[in-house]
Amino acid sequence: MSTEERTITQVVEASIKRRYAREKRFRLYGLIAILASLSFLAMLITTITYRGLPAFTQTFIKLDVTLDQQTLGVNDQPDIAELRKANYSGTIKNSLLTLFPDVKKRNDKKALYKLVSKGGQYELQRLVIEDPELVGDTISVWLPVGDDVNSYLKGSIDASLPEKKRRFKDNQIEWLKTLESNDQIAQRFNKTFFERGDSREPEMAGIKGALFGSVLTLMVTLILSFPIAVAAAVYLEEFAPKNRWTDLIEVNINNLAAVPSIVFGLLGLAVFINFFHLPRSAPVVGGLVLSLMTLPTIIISSRAALKSVPPSIRDAALGLGASRLQVVFHHVLPLAMPGILTGTIIGMAQALGETAPLLMIGMVAFIVDVPTAVTDPATVLPVQIFQWADLPEKGFVEKTSAAIMVLLGFLVMMNALAVYLRKKFERKW
Amino acid sequence: MNNTVTDTDQIASINIDQDKPHEQTVEEIVASLGDTVGETRVDNPKMSCTGVDVFYADKQAIFGVDLDIGENEVISMIGPSGCGKSTLLRCLNRMNDTIPICKVTGKLTLDGDDIYDKKTDPVLLRARVGMVFQKPNPFPKSIYENVAYGPRLHGLSRNKADLDDIVVTSLKKASIFDEVKDRLDQPGTGLSGGQQQRLCIARTIACSPEVILMDEPCSALDPIATAKIEELIDELRENYSIAIVTHSMQQAARVSQRTAYFHLGKLVEVGKTDDIFTNPRHELTENYITGRFG
Repeated sequence: MSTEERTITQVVEASIKRRYAREKRFRLYGLIAILASLSFLAMLITTITYRGLPAFTQTFIKLDVTLDQQTLGVNDQPDIAELRKANYSGTIKNSLLTLFPDVKKRNDKKALYKLVSKGGQYELQRLVIEDPELVGDTISVWLPVGDDVNSYLKGSIDASLPEKKRRFKDNQIEWLKTLESNDQIAQRFNKTFFERGDSREPEMAGIKGALFGSVLTLMVTLILSFPIAVAAAVYLEEFAPKNRWTDLIEVNINNLAAVPSIVFGLLGLAVFINFFHLPRSAPVVGGLVLSLMTLPTIIISSRAALKSVPPSIRDAALGLGASRLQVVFHHVLPLAMPGILTGTIIGMAQALGETAPLLMIGMVAFIVDVPTAVTDPATVLPVQIFQWADLPEKGFVEKTSAAIMVLLGFLVMMNALAVYLRKKFERKW
Repeated sequence: MNNTVTDTDQIASINIDQDKPHEQTVEEIVASLGDTVGETRVDNPKMSCTGVDVFYADKQAIFGVDLDIGENEVISMIGPSGCGKSTLLRCLNRMNDTIPICKVTGKLTLDGDDIYDKKTDPVLLRARVGMVFQKPNPFPKSIYENVAYGPRLHGLSRNKADLDDIVVTSLKKASIFDEVKDRLDQPGTGLSGGQQQRLCIARTIACSPEVILMDEPCSALDPIATAKIEELIDELRENYSIAIVTHSMQQAARVSQRTAYFHLGKLVEVGKTDDIFTNPRHELTENYITGRFG
């Protein structure tokens, strides 16, 4: 007996080394996996930040602009409509020509005008409409510079290249140097990026339109999908009889969660736009389509959350004479709320990043105005990123990364909200 | 479930039918048990079961049980695991309604009214027949809210002072008030196991039920907490009828006036607790209480 026992011990001892080694190896794999994913994440964030950060600053040029009636083309007592149509770019051109009186040739003049962004005239327009008294005065204003100046100053245009091969020419560099030595050039925080909608000029393009579009679309999605999904989950989990029909519904909900999102876009186009004649490119349609996409996610996670509520709580409430509805609303739902909210936020985050279905319903249109209602034409952040990524101007490359940063920031905020709500509703039992 | 059946199959084969150890079905064993021994009826029944059968889908869990629960009496139900005593208990306030495959036939009455009648509202029934569960299951709310939940549901209090009064009285009756009076706003889940169970009893009392069903209320508790609960059961008898399912024969002997012994879904023997434990009439009862199996 004792010899047999010893051999068993020996056998165990021999295998135990292998077992420990296996465990060690497994832990190492895990560590490597985590390190790898962390480094990918770090890489992603560094590239995006590196590329996107320049978009948050903008170069401004200080000009003394004379708002004379003649150039503006307005009369003595101009009304608003007239002021809107006035020739502000002319006054800017005049001011540039006064600074550099030597510029005579047509091509050189064109190059000189390019120093100031086309957005400069809108800035002047805004100032004059705010205070019509300015007409006739000479004012000193900071105007955004053109895209090429921005690119050159941010180092994206290589001055060592032969002149013909670059967009920013030698004479422009000379003018810029003169302006810099006169302290007429300054870098500032790019407020435009957060205050304006899309534009064809990179220096005038902003994220606000897409951001509001995203917020409106998500609002519609949340308002539609959350109550419907929770009601569906509660019914299926707490009330529905278990039969072939509910099984069929369950299988189909799981299938819906796996349907490619573009299919929902096609459905939205066919049903909401072509059949119900809802407006194109509108957050309301986007929200409807994204709700369809988010519903299965929320339903599945809500059901899981409801299932995880201990049955003893249901028994307790039923035993006290609560009706089934009261059991659900007084006890089960509050206990399942953290899980339901997590599922909802995951669904919302998915919806926030979704592009394909929105392309189908026309949210890919070029829209300058910031949407204020769910029926206004709008675009959303991921679609805006998609559009900007397609444009050749250097300024849009950094805008693309900056927009990604805004989108990620939005996502982080949503997740933070989810964590906060979880903690708030979480109860121990 | 299956395990239990094979267990009892073997037991039955030893005790009843030595020749065919593996061929007997549950139905055959039940049939061989014969009629219930002892007095199933009492003079002043609060609840009464007549010919109750319970099925889970095709499987029969309770076979023709006749049993009365008297006024101001504690009746204990004992028997090996899977013998149907909890199932019968859950039939008494229709908690089995929540299990879709469960079907109850026969007659169950409360004060003479059929509780499975279509006109009987299960919600109202459960307010009259309270239940305390095996595992203490306070709501994850404050102690006060736990007790106040039932009265609020049924609108038993007219105002806040009334409700406070009900909560305090119920906690006092469940002899837990002194331990929690300073922390009524603390979560009920923060109490110890025994305190939680007494809180659950207080919660049940607060609805002013007429009958209290207890499903192994002490199985998760230590001896000290158990002793407190047993003391409590004895006090509660003055105002309520109590049916208690227990695995502890000592507990059954200590707290109950009558005892019912179940085997494989059949009520084998019922009678005065003293008689059952000192002078069991059925062979299976004797085997069980003397610890030969179970």
